[in-house]
Amino acid sequence: MIRVEGLTKDYGSRRALSDLSFETGQGEVVGFLGPNGAGKTTTMRILTGYMPPTEGSATVAGYDVVTESLEVRKRVGYLPETVPLYTDMTALDYLKFMADLRQIPDSEERAFETLEMVGLDSRANSFIGSLSKGMRQRVGLAQALIHEPEVLILDEPTIGLDPGQVVEVRNIIREIGKQRTVLLSTHILSEAQQICDRVLIINKGKIVAEDTPENLQARLVGSERVSLRVRGDSDGLSKLLMKIKGVQSAHNAPDGSVEFQFAPGQDVRPLVAKTIVNSGYELLEMRPVGLSLEEIFLELTREDAHRGKK
Amino acid sequence: MRNIWTIARREYNHYFTSPIAYVVAFVILLTLGFIFGLVVWSSYQSALTGGGFGGPSTAPGVDWLGSTFNFLLMLTIPALTMRLVADENRTGTMELLLTAPLRDWELIVGKWLGAFLFILTILAITLVYPIILNSLEKPGLDQGLMVSVYLSVILLSAAYLALGVGISSLFTNQIAALFSTLGLFIFLWWLIGFPANYFQSASDLFTYLNTTSHLSTLYSGKISLSDVIYFLSLTALGLFTGTAAIDARRWS
Ligand SMILES: Nc1ncnc2c1ncn2[C@@H]1O[C@H](COP(=O)(O)OP(=O)(O)OP(=O)(O)O)[C@@H](O)[C@H]1O
Ligand SMILES: [Mg+2]
Repeated sequence: MIRVEGLTKDYGSRRALSDLSFETGQGEVVGFLGPNGAGKTTTMRILTGYMPPTEGSATVAGYDVVTESLEVRKRVGYLPETVPLYTDMTALDYLKFMADLRQIPDSEERAFETLEMVGLDSRANSFIGSLSKGMRQRVGLAQALIHEPEVLILDEPTIGLDPGQVVEVRNIIREIGKQRTVLLSTHILSEAQQICDRVLIINKGKIVAEDTPENLQARLVGSERVSLRVRGDSDGLSKLLMKIKGVQSAHNAPDGSVEFQFAPGQDVRPLVAKTIVNSGYELLEMRPVGLSLEEIFLELTREDAHRGKK
Repeated sequence: MRNIWTIARREYNHYFTSPIAYVVAFVILLTLGFIFGLVVWSSYQSALTGGGFGGPSTAPGVDWLGSTFNFLLMLTIPALTMRLVADENRTGTMELLLTAPLRDWELIVGKWLGAFLFILTILAITLVYPIILNSLEKPGLDQGLMVSVYLSVILLSAAYLALGVGISSLFTNQIAALFSTLGLFIFLWWLIGFPANYFQSASDLFTYLNTTSHLSTLYSGKISLSDVIYFLSLTALGLFTGTAAIDARRWS
């Protein structure tokens, strides 16, 4: 649905994207993660036909974003980073205007439906300037959904929303993502973990990692981590664990639990459990510890910064 | 076509919520009304002292209407066009329009059309003045003159609005657009006439570029192709500038 090949974008002498390539399939929700200034917004602006790349090419729904820009724009719903709203229009008039630009018949009816979808039908006749920030964000989202686009590109869609709305909006995105392609950028890593089928991590205009959230974790860790808890004193437990064959490392965590690691594929947990119990400890809990996306993110972008320095 | 109309309708409606647009409309209508009153009063006076209504010497022309109207438009059009594109650039709504299925020129033409329809609305209201005059005067007004005077207003608005839209596209700040547009109008209206006196060899060129030289031909009742082409060329130039400015912004 979206295919990006060797995309490069220079703003004057500053390179915002360098040789970026990725692909997304139909019905996929792809998360775009990266620190400030990584080039997320720039990529999205190129994909939506707002501006052409300096080099490289991109197609959306089979159309080239430069030479067939109009066809692309018909099929894409876009929520820009700074939500573009006319504050002197009512929410309904604004959406009707957008529906007219999209040449939707019955534009008013559709505008109202979309407002209902984002839970703003009760404020249909309020001026946008009088809406709260989160409500405006939802009007912006409604505008991106109004023509039921094949591809949805959302630049930080849940920023500024209250927790209830965040859940709502994520549900909307997940619902849409069942049949359509969604590319969304976010800084909230748990959000990417929850709603994205795949995550692209971008730093300094380059993709530094691309995989499902789960695979990213497994790949980066290289070993599995397990945390366990026993009743009472856990002193000496890590020493005991180290003696077990297959355990790579073990240490006491500050919260009183003990963490140990083993190579993937050699599950030593049954053995560990038996050993502990036989040694007189009372085992309360044993659970796997995933490396959080936050940690992966920091790891990847830091590595990259190091490489940059060399 | 439909896109142009969608854009134009939004801009047209916007004028009816804008204090600036109301001020412009009132300035034009009140000034014209004031002069209209003077014209009616003076012909009434001369009717009392002279030979009554309908005497050939008392028939008031309508060229005052054209010259006043156009002069006021020259001064006020910059206020009507300043925000049209500059404000979209400032607030970021341009990103919305440039990623909507809409061609750049359709956007510019739509903006221009919205403003043009607003001026045409004011123009329609001003028609009451000549219509009343026509009924007061015995032989009536010179119909041909009426047509060419109103044509001058229509052509001038089309051209100056297009230039205003073009300049507004170059800016993010509407006040900068306002003064640049006003500067250009003063130049075309007045300054460009000067060199005609000093550079004899190019005097025809400078006179041709001067807006007032074309207007005065129209006020005299003559409609010539060269005048029409002058205004239409300025219209095209303004719309082209606007489209090119948007394109340049995309590539920057
Ligand atoms: N209009 C512009 N003119 C010049 N440089 C720009 C412009 N827009 C972005 N840049 C530069 O391009 C780079 C990438 O910016 P971009 O906005 O794409 O980052 P981002 O990943 O969206 O960041 P954020 O998470 O802060 O939104 C930055 O170095 C930025 O300074
Ligand atoms: Mg951004």
